[in-house]
Amino acid sequence: MLANTTASVTEATTTASTGGPTTPSGHPQRSLFAGRARPGEAVIKLGLRLAATVAILTTIGIIIALLVPAIGFFREVPVFDFLFGDRWAPRFADASFGVIPLVTATLWTTAIALIVSVPLGLGAAILLSEYARPGVRKTLKPILELLAGVPTVVYGLFALQFIQATVFRDWLQLDTGAFSVLAAGLVMGIMIIPTVASISEDAMSAVPMSLRQGSFALGANRMQTSLRVVFPAALSGVMAAVVLGISRAVGETMIVAIAAGNQARIVGGPLEQGQTMTGFIANAALGDSRVGSLEYDTLYAVGLLLFAITLIVNFISIRLVRRFRQAY
Amino acid sequence: MASAHDDAPMHLRPMHTGQVTDHIARPIMRVENVDVYYGDFRAVTEVNLAFGLNEITALIGPSGCGKSTLLRSLNRMNDLIDGARVDGEILFHGENIYGKGVDPIEVRRRIGMVFQKPNPFPKSIYDNIAYGPRVTGMKVDSMDDLVEESLTRAALWDEVKDKLKQSAIGLSGGQQQRLCIARAISVRPDVILMDEPCASLDPIATMRIEDLMQELRKQYTIVIVTHNMQQAARVADRTAFFTAQVSEGTGARTGVLVEYGTTTQIFEDPKDQRTEDYISGRFG
Repeated sequence: MLANTTASVTEATTTASTGGPTTPSGHPQRSLFAGRARPGEAVIKLGLRLAATVAILTTIGIIIALLVPAIGFFREVPVFDFLFGDRWAPRFADASFGVIPLVTATLWTTAIALIVSVPLGLGAAILLSEYARPGVRKTLKPILELLAGVPTVVYGLFALQFIQATVFRDWLQLDTGAFSVLAAGLVMGIMIIPTVASISEDAMSAVPMSLRQGSFALGANRMQTSLRVVFPAALSGVMAAVVLGISRAVGETMIVAIAAGNQARIVGGPLEQGQTMTGFIANAALGDSRVGSLEYDTLYAVGLLLFAITLIVNFISIRLVRRFRQAY
Repeated sequence: MASAHDDAPMHLRPMHTGQVTDHIARPIMRVENVDVYYGDFRAVTEVNLAFGLNEITALIGPSGCGKSTLLRSLNRMNDLIDGARVDGEILFHGENIYGKGVDPIEVRRRIGMVFQKPNPFPKSIYDNIAYGPRVTGMKVDSMDDLVEESLTRAALWDEVKDKLKQSAIGLSGGQQQRLCIARAISVRPDVILMDEPCASLDPIATMRIEDLMQELRKQYTIVIVTHNMQQAARVADRTAFFTAQVSEGTGARTGVLVEYGTTTQIFEDPKDQRTEDYISGRFG
């Protein structure tokens, strides 16, 4: 016993003189200045960099792939004629490249889709985040997100066969043809609801509970708390959801290609048919336009315009969020 | 003893429920045989208390003794927690706030609350104060005057009068908590519940809040939960000491009220050994 104690004292003294613990367990002794690299970490870092680079390179690639043919197009057709011309007839003998008809169709379908998806999506988000009990939310949210997983071609057929043919023409006896921007827009709106709802729900659920409690403690009811405290505090997330909804609506192809129609003319009302920008690209890309021909380049000019519109929407929304959000 | 109060309206007469609550001349709230449950778990049991008009009552005790739970059941904030349930009666001006047909929203307007961590809305200072009157549909001659009055009573007006349109998030912690107090009094409640209002504040900010409480008690009744015994001794007229009883079988901890009396009596002449042990620092 005594010997033992002495031994440990000696050990302690030795340890002190070498300046570090020498016990077998614990961390091995290592100089602070070894500058030892951790190879595993370097590999992981490289992998992460690669992942990020792929995304950036792809974006740059897309821009170049769009720009080069589009520049070819704009050598032949003045930008002004393209942007402000009101006749779209790229395949006619007296070809005309005014994009306005396509833009009006896209505006109609997008606007209708947003009128459907924003109120319903935000309503669903408020229900899930503020009203539903946790158990209900856990069941409802995946079901809602399932809607986003339905292939768009199915939505397209639904819009064409059921909404347009059965509901609008047979049941409601509306004065409309085989296609309409209304049918396409409505169904597109339904498709976008889960996107808007899911992202806004995330944003509203992230608002601290203490803010809700503060509101309830003042005698506010649930609706007031949701709309006046939670919603403004979650505004940046909600805006992101709406912008994503807009981007999906502007970029959605299959539904409009099937149900909106394929004649490019200025759309004056919701029951008219019209070809959207994406609808044109889908139709023309399936066709027999020769690579390098003006008609082929037209696709890229329209694609570039789509890209620009999405970019502008994003930019405006970022400014709006900065202006109105209530950061907590 | 009751004769002096025979002329008083029913709800202001002395109460005769628990032995410790008899002395309160003008109780505004009474807690009678209250148990609070979360699902099957009984968090607090058999509480009998009364809160005197324009008095400050402190609820003290070790962590997990149910004092915050009890506080949250006093204005039905527990309703927001799934499975929370109150047995017994909590009388406010003689009416059971858990009674049939009682609107919890009106209860919360009459019985305000200030939380442990300052929780100003991410809005302007002005809108923070105006929020309560707006959502409760309060008739206000001039919102500007009400905002000024509320901020003045919370001893914050001079510090913020030039930046009412700025976000409340930019204020210091102590200022934010005084803003929350101003917000609470903007809807003209009778009672203000404070759940460890100084827990996240430095000593100077704490002192300002304590001074403010002394001002506020002239018009409001205050119930404060605090971990800080010195704070209870400094501010409270009456103190209730809670502790947690551990159940033999399940090991579940249930809060019980051990002793309730004037702050002087609780701190200088505790009747219960557990109170004496706690205030002298032997446990908790």
